[in-house]
Amino acid sequence: MTSKPIAFTLNGEAASFEGERDTPLLWALRDHFGLHGTKYGCGMAQCGACTVHIDGTPRRSCITPISSVSDQKVTTIEGVNGKVADTVIAEWIRHEVPQCGFCQSGQVMSAIGLLSTKPDAGDAEIDAAMRGNICRCATYVRIRQAIRDAAKALST
Amino acid sequence: MITLARPTRREMLAGSGLILALALPIGREPADAAETSADPIFMPNAFVRIAPDDSVFVVLKHVEFGQGPATGLTTLVAEELDADWGQMRTAMAPANDALYKNLIYGTQLTGGSNSIRNSWIQMRTAGAAARAMLVEAAAQRWGVPAAEIDIERGIVSHGTHRSGFGALAADAARLPLPSSPVLKTPDRFTLIGKHVPRIDSPAKSTGKAVFAMDVTRPGMVHSAILHPPVFGAILQSFDASKALAIPGVLHAAAIPQGVVVYARDTWAAMRGRKAINAQWDLSKAETRSTETLHRVFAEATRTPGAEAGRKGDVDAGLKSAAHSIEAVYHFPFLAHAPMEPLNAVIEIGDGRADVWNGTQYQVGEMKAVAETLGLPFEKVTLHQQIAGGSFGRRSQPLMDFGRELAEVAKQSPDRAPVKHLWTRENDIAGGRYRPLTAHRLRGGVDAAGEIVAWDQVIASQSVFSGTPLEAMKIHEGLDTAIVEGAVENGYRMINHRVGVHVLQSGVLPLWWRSVGNMHTSYAIETFLDRLLELGGHELLAGRLALAADDRMKGALTRVAEISNWGGSIAEGHARGIACRRTFGTTVAQVVELSRGADGQPKVHKVWCAVDCGIAVNPSIVTAQMEGGIGFGLGHALFGEISMTEGGRVEQHNFDGYRSLRIHEMPDVEVSIIESGAAPTGVGEPGVPPIAPAVANAWRKLTGQAITRLPFSRGITA
Ligand code: FES
Ligand code: FES
Repeated sequence: MTSKPIAFTLNGEAASFEGERDTPLLWALRDHFGLHGTKYGCGMAQCGACTVHIDGTPRRSCITPISSVSDQKVTTIEGVNGKVADTVIAEWIRHEVPQCGFCQSGQVMSAIGLLSTKPDAGDAEIDAAMRGNICRCATYVRIRQAIRDAAKALST
Repeated sequence: MITLARPTRREMLAGSGLILALALPIGREPADAAETSADPIFMPNAFVRIAPDDSVFVVLKHVEFGQGPATGLTTLVAEELDADWGQMRTAMAPANDALYKNLIYGTQLTGGSNSIRNSWIQMRTAGAAARAMLVEAAAQRWGVPAAEIDIERGIVSHGTHRSGFGALAADAARLPLPSSPVLKTPDRFTLIGKHVPRIDSPAKSTGKAVFAMDVTRPGMVHSAILHPPVFGAILQSFDASKALAIPGVLHAAAIPQGVVVYARDTWAAMRGRKAINAQWDLSKAETRSTETLHRVFAEATRTPGAEAGRKGDVDAGLKSAAHSIEAVYHFPFLAHAPMEPLNAVIEIGDGRADVWNGTQYQVGEMKAVAETLGLPFEKVTLHQQIAGGSFGRRSQPLMDFGRELAEVAKQSPDRAPVKHLWTRENDIAGGRYRPLTAHRLRGGVDAAGEIVAWDQVIASQSVFSGTPLEAMKIHEGLDTAIVEGAVENGYRMINHRVGVHVLQSGVLPLWWRSVGNMHTSYAIETFLDRLLELGGHELLAGRLALAADDRMKGALTRVAEISNWGGSIAEGHARGIACRRTFGTTVAQVVELSRGADGQPKVHKVWCAVDCGIAVNPSIVTAQMEGGIGFGLGHALFGEISMTEGGRVEQHNFDGYRSLRIHEMPDVEVSIIESGAAPTGVGEPGVPPIAPAVANAWRKLTGQAITRLPFSRGITA
């Protein structure tokens, strides 16, 4: 590896990656940083299972080359925190959203992303923000309910 | 009464080793792992393990892939044990038919929506036996009669004496097994039928749940596989030079299933897979298009086929009918596309193998691995994981995946442990589909409007053709899985005949959530709707009059109540109804829809009544109905695997194989019918009624009967 390491912030800590620069962030996270909460579902930005936050915005890590996150803040399900995250996760557990659970890291990260910018999101905004996240178990009824209740809790 | 043997010392050790290996039981935060890592010391049977710290482990013989057995089976034990829900933990059973077989199938297999059904008495007996021994241990320690001892929420008490389970565990372990532990009567249930929080929600909401894909082993490499581009194609030669030039790629090898690329990480393996240049021999390949197959299958239904069921005289009935109709239905191949593509970790060496996998058929998968590696079964250890969905995909009659995995292990560079991961493209274009199927229905009503003839001929592939199960499952050209729900179709029929053609194609078929019920439900409930209308019947009343049993009547009545069937609805909306019994559970659904902007059905709301006997966990029952409705709806709207002339699959990922998304998910209202009957399953029965209910509503709205699925293809402008 001749090129210089890619430096970024991963879950609040300095991180550096020395492998292939075009490695998707997803595989860097999973195979090199041992963070397995972020999932592979399609590899082409179709399913949202790989959703992480880059500088606070939900992004599909499967199509994000690691070189593009240089100097940016990457947050995964393992590192996400704060009031919005806590509220969303609490509602997820209370509504018993997950079935197989495999899509849920991505769902939760998308929901946190939505409510971080729009704490009072309504149904149309929920649909728009979440339609990139496939759940093959079709837990959508509870996803919607959990986000509605999280929005309620956050906006009071 | 089921008697549960105390496991042998070897089995106990296997069990306890297993639990320790699973330092993070599902549903638990890491903080709990230390707390629960205490070695269980009381193991009264194969299912219950109690540790000195009061943790109660329930060993799960069924795979948890979302349908809820981790919570359900644990509830059954906790109920009879009078444990506190907070002290319950789960562990995965190893592959062992003697201890962990499905009591309905006789082997350790999860399917047929019967995890709770087959375990209902067994798991409660396991809990009751453990309870009796804890009580006896307390009686001896305190010198009081066992009959006077009480247990409530994990606390054993008598007068001023109180103890947790852990403190009694060592004594209890020395007692003889109770001969016939007494089970509670349902009026004494405190957990069954109540709200018990799903045990895996926390881990699955925080990214902490560990799937096979998340397992790593020291020195592990990653592999990806290139499968034949056409079903039945055989590898002639391949050139891996481009793949091997990719940094991180270690090795490429041909195995019977395709070309495998080994690499230091997944990304390199996937890139290597794409860079393989392979030549295939197509001489034995299936090169027909799905359009051709649809034609061939529909054509076959012109003759009666093997008789699956017959009542009365259909031909006479058709002749006497005042009005008759005929319809030909086309059902496409469907991929399961579980969210977690098939994958596993395998490590071989020293005449043994270890496999980390979330398999639906523990024993079958390990047999396939053992056979392929030439090892005795006992030398293959399964470390069972939770699975990211399955819908039937994680078991196959030939256990193809286990065989592929073992071949991958054989070629692994330096015999390194390997994580073998299918890409989504492997998953969607790789076969093992819900078989393409055609139905031909002919029916008629007499002058009074009564249905006097129902003739149904089905042409489909059999999941069992060409497998060791063929002799057992196919009799005189008849595979009963194909006609599931069609012979006893839920309605009283005077003249009724069901015929089957088991056809062949080079595409490998597989059971798929609700199996034959998926297509038979659609054909039956939509055709019935038309016949009822032809006979001048109201569609609910007509069904109620024909319903063959009270549970079906009950479900129809309930769904009519909660949906206010017959009440006024919004302009431009229409409703449809369907009711099916699948694997012993009856589900009735009412759908309300309108025409969406894209000209396709826009489903606004689904009402669902379910009779599954005692609902062990009402929240999970409801979730399975919601999920089953979404799954069934998505496939009815867009689900199709198609092949062009030449045999190439046209769908490779979720762009081509559309999945239901959140904005397409209707509101769902579920009502569970109160019942004292033994529980039946809920994983599959929510699926079959939804597609016909939507089609019935659509016909009401537009006059168009949809006979070709998916709707995106069957609805023509
Ligand atoms: S894996 Fe990234 S969107 Fe599917
Ligand atoms: S919970 Fe299984 S895919 Fe979403």
